[in-house]
Amino acid sequence: MALDEATLGQLRETVRRFVSERLIPLEAQVAEDDVVPESVVEEMRALGLFGLSIPEAYGGLGLSMFDEVQIAFEFGRTSPAFRSVIGTNNGIGSHGIIIDGTETQKNHYLPRLASGEIISAFALTEPQSGSDAASISTTARREGNEYVINGTKRYITNAPEASLFTVFARTAPKTEGVKGISALLVEGDIPGITIGPWDRKMGQRGAHTADVTFTDCRVSADALISGAEGVGFKTAMKVLDRGRIHIGAVCVATAERLIDDSLRYAMERQQFGQPIAAFQLIQAMLADSRAEAYAARCMVEETARRRDSGLPVVTEASCCKLFCAEMVGRVADRAVQIHGGAGYMAEYGIERFYRDVRLFRIYEGTSQIQQLVIARNMMREAGE
Amino acid sequence: MSFGQSIIFNEIQGVSHQMKILVPIKRVIDANIKVRVKSDQSGVELNNVKMAMNPFCEIAVEAALRLREAGEAEEVIVVCAGPANGKETLRTALAMGADRAIHIESEDSPEPLAVAKLLKAVVEREKPGLVILGKQAIDGDNNQTGQMLSALLNWSLGTFISRLSVEDGAFHVTREVDGGLENLKLSGPAVVTVDLRLNEPRYASLPNIMKAKKKPMEELTAAALDVDITPRLTVLKVEAPASRSAGVRVHDAAELVDKLKNEAKVI
Repeated sequence: MALDEATLGQLRETVRRFVSERLIPLEAQVAEDDVVPESVVEEMRALGLFGLSIPEAYGGLGLSMFDEVQIAFEFGRTSPAFRSVIGTNNGIGSHGIIIDGTETQKNHYLPRLASGEIISAFALTEPQSGSDAASISTTARREGNEYVINGTKRYITNAPEASLFTVFARTAPKTEGVKGISALLVEGDIPGITIGPWDRKMGQRGAHTADVTFTDCRVSADALISGAEGVGFKTAMKVLDRGRIHIGAVCVATAERLIDDSLRYAMERQQFGQPIAAFQLIQAMLADSRAEAYAARCMVEETARRRDSGLPVVTEASCCKLFCAEMVGRVADRAVQIHGGAGYMAEYGIERFYRDVRLFRIYEGTSQIQQLVIARNMMREAGE
Repeated sequence: MSFGQSIIFNEIQGVSHQMKILVPIKRVIDANIKVRVKSDQSGVELNNVKMAMNPFCEIAVEAALRLREAGEAEEVIVVCAGPANGKETLRTALAMGADRAIHIESEDSPEPLAVAKLLKAVVEREKPGLVILGKQAIDGDNNQTGQMLSALLNWSLGTFISRLSVEDGAFHVTREVDGGLENLKLSGPAVVTVDLRLNEPRYASLPNIMKAKKKPMEELTAAALDVDITPRLTVLKVEAPASRSAGVRVHDAAELVDKLKNEAKVI
């Protein structure tokens, strides 16, 4: 249910204050240490940030998509590493359960995900399977009342912290295609799971990804999401669909932050006897960034509204992810340019954002995959 | 400054665990906003300006919540006098954890003495054992309401406190005074006004913000409380401080002395 304006305003204001007072001052330290301090994670739990999109009946806030993106517009105004801490529980780590989980699975896991007591991860990508998600080769072999999982998952966000994995694996041979893929809920502390070392990444230091290897890892047959085999790929696609609007909102927020920083710098920095913001070539960069970020914000809000009203948004969500991720890449590039030499130096943090936002064009469906989704839907609609 | 005094009564009434705490709060321009004077110099521009709870009032709410959480009090009531949008500020306090709210609606923000009289009327209805206020509001910086309220009620008063505890049935406070720190024991009931270093207020959690809507908010008027809030002060003119011109760099001490003597004429 959508919140009234005053309540939404207070939620937004609280998140904004938390971001400004607690997170922004820690950005450089988090990048340096490659870890978000536990005290900050604890504050995020106390604020209720882990359960934004988990239904109220299971201890979350049950925000509508529109309200959720309003919160993301605020929470995204800082290093994406902070969002990553809460990102999986609010997105790919919980939505498999919310969308297709059995009642028992929901009752068992969602309250703890909403409180942040446990961190979750989404294990789809493999060494040989990225954009072609249907080609995964991890297997889950049925043995009596158990599944035995074997295989390796790659670049799994929050794997080092996670105590619950949504694992996609084959319960039928590859010849069955996507109909042989099932989704299983695997707890992190059972025998047969090995978490690799943290990946060394281009950016988003403080957010961790790692390999997850399953070796004869046994889980109960109850771990099957939805209780049925062969529907895992559909679950994965539904989960990713929903996340695309949220990622779009985070891109908008990061872009707006970079525009604020660029504007402040341009109005202070003096060259040729005046602030560089007085020069039209700088103004053009600021204006292009502002217009693009505004367009992105509007499309995210509109798509969120459409989704809340029950309309299909698969194409629109992909449009959001595609445009917003590319947009923030251009905005970050201009931010570096406006800052000049300072933009290239680590001290100002602009180059860090430039590296951080590069990931938005890659994860949860590359820009190219979004283009395919959009174009295929266009052709399907034309054929109808 | 006359309001630095504290009064201790000999009659020890004791502090009950069923105590209610009343926290008056004020809605002010957000501390991060740069204020602008209205073009007709009648006051500060409030239209389309972000408002928030006065920061000292937030500290007062936090102090009350901590006493309740420590089992020293049973209920925390927040009260705000002023225009209708004060309800929003009250909701923030409810989201932080206050139990219920009272809004006394008036067209404009009442003057300190009027607020103190309204609060006295609320105190007589609610019978709290402790009233915690911010030492001042960041808009007018009047620093008067708490002192006036204690005088009207004839209650103990501790201003500018940086520590507050309940021990042996009395309130123990540390006051930040010009000469350092002053420790006082106040018999209840008491009025205290809080300073910056008393605590760091919590963020209202998102679930609590959503639940705050369901907490009770009573609506009162000055007329219902039989209090006359007609302004007694007249604002003649409000103007921004003169802007400060840029400093100059002096080359040596001799030039500095020369300027202090002949330009600034201070030595």
